[in-house]
Amino acid sequence: MTTAIQNVQDYLENFTEFEKRATGRNLPWLRRLRDDAFARFCEVGFPTTHDEDWRFTNVSAIARTPFLLKEKGKIQLSKKDLAGGAIEGAPAQLVFVDGQFVRECSHFANLPRGVTIAGLKDQIANNPDAIEAYLGHYLDTRRDPFSALNTAFAEDGAYVHVPRGIVLDGPIHLLFVSTAADVPSMMHPRNLLVFDTETQGTVIEEYVSLGSGTVLCNSATELIAGESATVSHYMIEREHKEAFNISTLRIQQGRSANVTSHSLLLGGGLVRNNVHPVLAGEGGECLINGLFLGDGRQHLDNYMHVEHASPHCSSRQFYNGILDGHAHGVFHGRIVVHKDAQKTDAKQTNRNLLLSDDAQIDTKPQLEIYADDVKCTHGATIGQIEENALFYLRSRGIDEISARRLLLFAFASECLDRMQPGAARDHSERLIHEHLLSVANHLPGQSSHTQTERSWEEVG
Amino acid sequence: MSLLQIKNLHVTVGGHEILKGIDLKLNPGEVHSIMGPNGSGKSTLAQVLARRQTYEVTQGEVLFNGKDLLAMKPEEAACEGLFMAFQYPVEIPGIGNTYFLRSALNAIRKYRGEDEMDAMDFLPMFREKLKLLEMDEKLLNRSVNEGFSGGEKKRNEILQMAVLQPKLAILDETDSGLDIDALRIVAKGVNGMRSPERAMLVVTHYQRLLNYIVPDYVHVLVDGRIVRSGGAELALELEEKGYSWTETEARQTPVSA
Repeated sequence: MTTAIQNVQDYLENFTEFEKRATGRNLPWLRRLRDDAFARFCEVGFPTTHDEDWRFTNVSAIARTPFLLKEKGKIQLSKKDLAGGAIEGAPAQLVFVDGQFVRECSHFANLPRGVTIAGLKDQIANNPDAIEAYLGHYLDTRRDPFSALNTAFAEDGAYVHVPRGIVLDGPIHLLFVSTAADVPSMMHPRNLLVFDTETQGTVIEEYVSLGSGTVLCNSATELIAGESATVSHYMIEREHKEAFNISTLRIQQGRSANVTSHSLLLGGGLVRNNVHPVLAGEGGECLINGLFLGDGRQHLDNYMHVEHASPHCSSRQFYNGILDGHAHGVFHGRIVVHKDAQKTDAKQTNRNLLLSDDAQIDTKPQLEIYADDVKCTHGATIGQIEENALFYLRSRGIDEISARRLLLFAFASECLDRMQPGAARDHSERLIHEHLLSVANHLPGQSSHTQTERSWEEVG
Repeated sequence: MSLLQIKNLHVTVGGHEILKGIDLKLNPGEVHSIMGPNGSGKSTLAQVLARRQTYEVTQGEVLFNGKDLLAMKPEEAACEGLFMAFQYPVEIPGIGNTYFLRSALNAIRKYRGEDEMDAMDFLPMFREKLKLLEMDEKLLNRSVNEGFSGGEKKRNEILQMAVLQPKLAILDETDSGLDIDALRIVAKGVNGMRSPERAMLVVTHYQRLLNYIVPDYVHVLVDGRIVRSGGAELALELEEKGYSWTETEARQTPVSA
């Protein structure tokens, strides 16, 4: 309890400082949004494993660490540092360093006329009226303390508005870079993506590290897909292993909207990936697709909360996990079917490969159905690399490490197959390939990690 | 020098002795057939030669090209020129047929100090072999054996053999589950690969396959031992009299194990 109080005290100091200088502090609606969220956070504090939503993920290492908000104006980063971070075929790239938009490193001139794209902070300063009707209207700050914390510190991030009828050709790439930190530091990127009626587009959120140090990246994205909009969202986490990464994607789907969420968890030490779509209009479709690859002492938690709030909607969840070393994976798939959401068709599949005796997976379906005419299925498998397949490949001359890697890539490519062909999928494929080359380079029993890594329970 | 020489091979699985002293010699250019009833140890022999690790060799020695085969990993045996067509080819979703086979061929070429083959050189050769086995080009884009019919899987095994060009080919019950048309195509593929440099070991339960792939030698395996060896005519005799004939003979031989 003492830690909790001390901790809230730290955040109070951070928040008081933040409120004095935050952009938009004079906007009553925004101030209320931040204040209410902070009050809620103070009320509930960080979750513990006694909370059902956090049963398999212990965040006490986050709760015990005194994080500081990264100060403004200390960013020294050139385009050169970011070379290689670009995605070929992306008409827009927004770069954020330690949570702050860096215009010099960004480009977005190649977008169709009418599309608004900006740093959220600039948008708040220049045209707050455009976002008042959306910002904070969807994210669940009551249930999730991290969402409350993000909202309390909501200032910068990406704002994208695609007006009616516009189709974006390539993906919008949002690149979040965390730099070296002498003291534990935190950032709370906040993104608002508004796709109006009959629009189409893809947004990639990618989190990377330059330099080491303990860092908490607690991001939240509100994605609004209007009537008949078709939107793909990619969340790619590849920070270093000292990073805490909490991300929340809240999707609001209108009538006949079709939204796809792809998550690719490759990095980070303690990662919690929340995906929360609400199918609010009839005939909506949602595909939630994910891949998490963990080794060492990584903890990768995927928390899905799919809300069917209207009739005739369908949702599909497919998550594949590959865990090596002492890695711990979690898949928590919650489906809530509201009373009026008849003819709901919801499906959930989680498949896992455990490559070592110490790797661990917790997979939990949770169905809450209040309608009577629905179809909901769920399934989970946990297995190892199939010996028959391994022998088959080896009997044709392929060495054991290459054969294992091929089988891992085959397992991972189930997720790639669910992505639409294009720049975003090519990028994902390249990252998975590189990742498997760097981690799947040893045989079972022989660790590729020479340095001992800390367990997250030990940190603090 | 013989290509494959098996001397007094004893193999156990889970404490049960399956092979109880096999002696066999294959010279380049020869086709040998191993026939035997279910449970006689035919497939065990094939799998041990392909270096499956689930079997324990308790006694004996196997020389492949003069080298100790039992010291080799499966991939090393393959690179040395050994190929086994599986009785039950494995489905591997997510790995393309073409990619898989080119990787295998290049692994073998690399082992032998040859240049790797790029896709431009590989594809025309692959297409030609496909035609030989009357296989649909669509299979090029499918995953390894995924959704293949039984016959397609067996043909795919022979296709791989045609691409990898082994020195020793072991066909493990390649005829099982094939209709007569598929059997003819498979046999044509196999016969097309008979050459003075290559040896084959055809493992089968039935004589039918041997009408199409006529062996130089036939060995009858019963209860872990070769109880009889002879020419192609032995297969016909076996078909006529049934395995019970040799089983009776086997029982008359005292068992020492």
